[in-house]
Amino acid sequence: MNAESTGTRAWRWLREHAVNIVAALVVLYLLIPIAVIFVFSFNDPQGRYNYTWVGFTFEHWAHAFSREDLTEALLTSLKLAVLATVISTTVGTMMALALVRHKFFGRRLANFLIVIPMATPEVVMGAALLSFFLLIGTFSLGFETLLIAHVMFCISFVVVVVRSRLIGFDRNLEEAAKDLGASPFTTFRLVTLPLILPGIFGGAMLAFALSIDDFVISNFNSGTTVTFPLYIFGAAQRGIPVEVNVIAMILFFGTVAAMGFATWQQRRAEKMTAVRPEQEEEIAPRPVASAA
Amino acid sequence: MTAIRRRIAPYFLLGPGTVWLVLFFVVPLYYMGKLSLNSGVLGENLHFDWNWSNYSEALSAYDTQFVRSFLYAGVATVLSLLIAYPLAYVIAFKAGRWRNVLLFAVVAPFFTTYLIRTIAWETILSDESPVTEFLHAIGLAPSGHILATGSAVIAGLTYNFLPFMILPLYASLERIDVRLIEASKDLYASATQSFLRVTLPLSAPGIVAGTLLTFIPAVGDYVNAQFLGGTGNRMIGNVIQSLYLSQSDYPSAAALSFVLMALIMVAVVIYIRFAGSEALMGEEAR
Repeated sequence: MNAESTGTRAWRWLREHAVNIVAALVVLYLLIPIAVIFVFSFNDPQGRYNYTWVGFTFEHWAHAFSREDLTEALLTSLKLAVLATVISTTVGTMMALALVRHKFFGRRLANFLIVIPMATPEVVMGAALLSFFLLIGTFSLGFETLLIAHVMFCISFVVVVVRSRLIGFDRNLEEAAKDLGASPFTTFRLVTLPLILPGIFGGAMLAFALSIDDFVISNFNSGTTVTFPLYIFGAAQRGIPVEVNVIAMILFFGTVAAMGFATWQQRRAEKMTAVRPEQEEEIAPRPVASAA
Repeated sequence: MTAIRRRIAPYFLLGPGTVWLVLFFVVPLYYMGKLSLNSGVLGENLHFDWNWSNYSEALSAYDTQFVRSFLYAGVATVLSLLIAYPLAYVIAFKAGRWRNVLLFAVVAPFFTTYLIRTIAWETILSDESPVTEFLHAIGLAPSGHILATGSAVIAGLTYNFLPFMILPLYASLERIDVRLIEASKDLYASATQSFLRVTLPLSAPGIVAGTLLTFIPAVGDYVNAQFLGGTGNRMIGNVIQSLYLSQSDYPSAAALSFVLMALIMVAVVIYIRFAGSEALMGEEAR
C-alpha cells in the first residue's frame, strides 16, 4: 500500500511538472551544440578532421590566432560588422524615429519596404544583389559590396528593435525639457537620446550579430574577400582547424559580455525613468501639451 | 517655418535608409528579373530577349528540389512549434526569477556562428556518436546512419530556426492576461480545457509570427542540406547557389530565385488568410 501511494505520488509529481521537464529538455537541446563546440575546442585531433574526440589540450587556446588566413578573415569580419553596425544603426534609428513620431504620406509604403527584406529568403537577396552588381558593373565584388549587402539586411532589424523601444516613450519628458528652455537639439541630446539608448544599443547588437554571422548573402557577394563564416565554409572541405572552435567560443563569450552590459545599461535607464513620478509630484501640476 | 520643418522632418529621417533599401534591395530584384529573361552565358553573349523558357526549363529540371524544400521546411516548422511551445509557456508563466536565464539560453545559439553550429550537428549526428547509437538502439535509426539523410537536414533546420519560433511565442504568451485563465478555472474548466479554449487561441498571433519567421528562412536555406544532407537531399537553395556560383548559369538561377520568392509570397498570403480566419473564429467562440 505504501509503495502504491509513492507510485501515485510520483505520477502526480510527474504530471504537475511535465511542462517543466519538457522545457528543461528543450533548453538542453538548445545548448548541446554550444557544449560540443566548446568541448571540441580542447580536442587534439591527429588528422585534419575535428569530428572525433582524441585527447585534451590547451594548445589551440594558447595559439588561437596562429593561423594567419583565419585571423585575417576574422579581422575582415570584425571590420565589416563594425562598419555595417554603425551605418545601419544610424540610418535605422532615423527611420524608426520617423515612423513612430510622425504621421506622413507614404508611411505604409515605408513600413512595407522595411518588412519585406525580413520576409525574403537570404538566398534570394544574395542572388538579386549579385545580379545587380554583375549587370551594372560599377562595383567590383569585395569588401565594398559586402558592406552594401550587410547594411541592407541589417537596417530592417534595427528599425524593428528601436521602434519597439520608442513606442513606450513618454513624450511629456521632452515637453518638459522644452518648457525649461531647451533647444530641440539639446532636448534630443539630453533627454531623448539617453532614454532610447538601450533600444539603439539593442538594435546595434542585433546588427553586429547578424553581420558577423552572415554566410549566405556574403557567399554571393564577396568576390575574393574572405570573412570568418566564408573561411569556415572553405575549410569545411579540407577539415576545419580547431582554432575555428576556439575563436567561435571567444566570440560567444564576447557577445555574452556585451549582453550583460546591455542589460545593466537598460536597468539604469529604467531607474532613470522610475524616479520621475516623484519629481513630478513636487512641481505643481500644470497642463502639458499631450503627445499625439 | 517650424510647420514646414515638421512636415519635411519625417522624409529627412527616412531618406538615407529608404534610398539604401530601394537601391540595394528593390533595384537588385529588378535586375534579377531582367537577368532571368536573358539568353546566353556571362562574358560571351549574355543578352536580354524575353527568354521565358528559362522559367519553364528551370522549373521542370528542379521541381523535386522545390517540393523537397517546402516539405523539409514545413516539417521543420511544425517540429519547431511543438518543441518551442512548452518552453515558451514555461518562460512566460512558470519561470519566475529564472525567466532571464531561460531567455538567455534561447538566444545563446545565435552567439555562435551559424556554420559552426551546423557543423556541430554534423559531429552529433555522425555514425560513431552516442546520439546515433542510442537512436539506433531504440529503433529510430534502423540503418545506423542519420547523416546524409532527409531527417538530418530537417533536424538541422529545426534546431537552427528554433529561437525564431520561441521568441514570438513567448512574447504573445507573456501578454496574456492571467486573470482570463483564472476565470476559466473558476468556471470549472479543466486544465486541458482552459489551455485549449483560452491560452492557445490567445497565443495565436505568436504562433502565426513564429511559423512565418521559421518557415521563410528554412525554405531558402542551403547550409543544412550542404552539411547534413547527402546528394539526394539538395534543396532549392543549393541549386540556386551552385547555378550562380559554380556553373555561372545566371539566367536559370535568377528564374529559380524569382519562382522561390513568388511561391513563398503565395504560401504566406494563403497562410495568413487561413490563420486570420482561424483567429477570427477563436474570437467568436469567446
